[in-house]
Amino acid sequence: MITFNGVTKRYADGTVAVDNLSLEVPTGEITVFVGPSGCGKTTSLRMINRMIDATGGQILLDGVDVKTIDPPTLRRGIGYVIQQAGLFPHRKIVDNVATVPYLLGWDKKKARARAMELLERVGLDLKMADRYPFQLSGGQQQRVGVARALAADPPVLLMDEPFSAVDPIVRASLQEELLRLQSELNKTIVFVTHDIDEAVKLGDRVAVLRVGGKLAQLADPATLLTRPADDFVREFLGRDRGIRRLSFVSGDGLRLRTDLTVPASAEVSSLRGTTEPWLVVVDEDNCPLGWIASKDLPESGTPADVELAPYGTFVKGRDSLRAALDATLLSPSGSAIAVDESGRVVGVAVREALDEELALVAGGVGGVDG
Amino acid sequence: MAEEPLVRWDWIGRNWPNIQGLLVDHVVMALVPVVIGLLIALPLGLAGARWRWLYQPTVGVMNVIYSLPSLAVFIVLIPITGLATRETVMVPLTFYAMAVLIPAVVDGLTSVPDHVRQSAVAMGFTPLRRLLRVELPIAVPVVLAGLRVAAVSSISLVSVGALVGRGGLGYLFIDGWQRQFYTPIVVGIVLTVALAAAADLLLVLAQRLLTPWSRARRTA
Amino acid sequence: MNWVIDFFTNPDNWSGPDGIPTRLLEHLEFSGISLLLAMLIALPLGLWIGHTGKGALFAILSANAARALPTLGLLVLIVLLMGVGTIVPVLIPLVALAVPPILVNTYEGIRNVDPDLRDAAYGMGLRGGQVLGRVLVPTALPLIMLGLRVAAIQVVSTATVAAYVGLGGLGRFIVDGLATKDFPSTIGGAVLVALLALIVQLGFGLVQRFLVSPGVSQRLTIR
Repeated sequence: MITFNGVTKRYADGTVAVDNLSLEVPTGEITVFVGPSGCGKTTSLRMINRMIDATGGQILLDGVDVKTIDPPTLRRGIGYVIQQAGLFPHRKIVDNVATVPYLLGWDKKKARARAMELLERVGLDLKMADRYPFQLSGGQQQRVGVARALAADPPVLLMDEPFSAVDPIVRASLQEELLRLQSELNKTIVFVTHDIDEAVKLGDRVAVLRVGGKLAQLADPATLLTRPADDFVREFLGRDRGIRRLSFVSGDGLRLRTDLTVPASAEVSSLRGTTEPWLVVVDEDNCPLGWIASKDLPESGTPADVELAPYGTFVKGRDSLRAALDATLLSPSGSAIAVDESGRVVGVAVREALDEELALVAGGVGGVDG
Repeated sequence: MAEEPLVRWDWIGRNWPNIQGLLVDHVVMALVPVVIGLLIALPLGLAGARWRWLYQPTVGVMNVIYSLPSLAVFIVLIPITGLATRETVMVPLTFYAMAVLIPAVVDGLTSVPDHVRQSAVAMGFTPLRRLLRVELPIAVPVVLAGLRVAAVSSISLVSVGALVGRGGLGYLFIDGWQRQFYTPIVVGIVLTVALAAAADLLLVLAQRLLTPWSRARRTA
Repeated sequence: MNWVIDFFTNPDNWSGPDGIPTRLLEHLEFSGISLLLAMLIALPLGLWIGHTGKGALFAILSANAARALPTLGLLVLIVLLMGVGTIVPVLIPLVALAVPPILVNTYEGIRNVDPDLRDAAYGMGLRGGQVLGRVLVPTALPLIMLGLRVAAIQVVSTATVAAYVGLGGLGRFIVDGLATKDFPSTIGGAVLVALLALIVQLGFGLVQRFLVSPGVSQRLTIR
């Protein structure tokens, strides 16, 4: 656990970067510092590994004041990832990753083996190991940066806007990768970003800082979106808070109907009597093909003879209510198809089911998925 | 000899007209090559920046020229340009200036950020206007840094020409050596360094005038 | 041209205290010692200034001033003051000549290393000296080597003027040739110095290729 106890950073010219900051960063969780530029988020992060020294208060790392630890020793026990990766251009990727193990005096073979293991872990082709940084793309370099920070298996990881210099698609995959790694490693991570969406996506807890280095709110993302502490936080969170909050509500609560599917090979005549306005057409593997309106059923043949209407799906047991809502909006039927991990239909959430669930969420009793 | 003072002011007073003549000769022999070198380096540097394959061979040739000892080149030139003529000194100095300036021009032009170049193209600048209005102004600081090195080295190198009979202030070193007399040597050194400092200062001022934006940024 | 061939084919020029081998060794002695002294002064100073940022302005100004010092003038003045007994008088102007390019390039090289790299190095727990030695110097090496190469070439070329005050080296062929109107000797000496400078140039190119990491020179292409 990292504890900020009334931490202040005041520069010689009188500027206050961080003002009396007190908060706790729980072990094994991702805590995100977010805020506009000039809010002291990076300064706060850099005071943890003493890249900057606080001028007031104290920072405790598992109860020990960091000021009592010699900076290089302290830093070797804390992983550090920065925006431009900061890879050493003159060293091969494998040696870059092994930097801290070398510093700690591991033997070369063991350090390299560890580096190879980590490269694999962050999803890099092992062919990259013998290349130099300039031969890698920005996203690949950032993965190496993460591997390098993890090399000596430090319990704490500091990440200073690590994904802000890469394009949105690469950024999204790096974020997924970080969440996957964290589910395996359970590090104590402090993550700095100016992007509130990134903060909400990655953080177990989010600390919103305002200009001048004051803590505006510290909460889990769902609470932050539901109950912003003040106008500054509300404005910083931006529009669509209500919809975004649905990302933190599981879609599992939706009542599903299982009587709305028809096989593509079924005879149309057998469907004549239905009172349902829309049906899901599925293939022989029970995977969805599209919606069919019962009033548009052909005279004869099978549903496969008709052009089917588009559909949207969400994965039961994984996706949020937001994904389910999105799926309903993609189809003229106004219903979302629930599928399992392999894409087979497990049921249909009709609009009434969504209404019930949304009403629950709006009432504040929705199951919050931590 | 031990009682001899480093500087005899009366000697300077008596010989001032001579010293002035040497000074002028020195300035001409040092700076004309730098100006000509710049005029040649600009088009060559432009070509090198545009067609990168040209750059390495050009720099290679210039490095070879730069590594030729000035005294050796003066001597090789004597049969062509004559003993004790300005040309004998100025021709090699022109090449030295080019050796410093061509890489400076290329570096300066390649230091223009790509987005700046692209936006100039997008706004409809013709290649020539883009070069004159956008690329060259941005390249100025790097080119001027090269120009400072070229000017100072050139001023210092002219004096070696004295060994082949034409070295501007360098004559004072030969004179002092032959008569075992400190004053001309000290005067020569001081004037050479002062000349170099003056040239350097002028170029720094030129840079301030030509690139007001870099000064504004520093005070901001 | 024939003169030059005569000069190099004359067996008298290849032996004795006035022969090419002796003069070449003398030349290498002046140049080598001067370069070594200049490195001992300029490298640590440049590294320290680049790393700490202290005294940068002072160093750059004095380096520029030293660049302006006319070697010939300095040489004759020092010989007049000290006499010609040793090679010290020729070392002083040559060291003054070699220090500026080494100092300025070392300082600039270290200072211009990407600040993110410095940040990452400290952030991983490298100590000040380790940051300098393991990260900053290898990254700045191309520029440091450039400074050394320029200094070496200038020293080798300029050591020629030592002959003017009666010292040895390849400059003897040039200066003596001029004095006795023996042009083959003058031109031959000039060619020798030029060749030596070229060899130094090529030698530094090779050493640089060997010392500088391919990750810094970016010589490799992506396969």
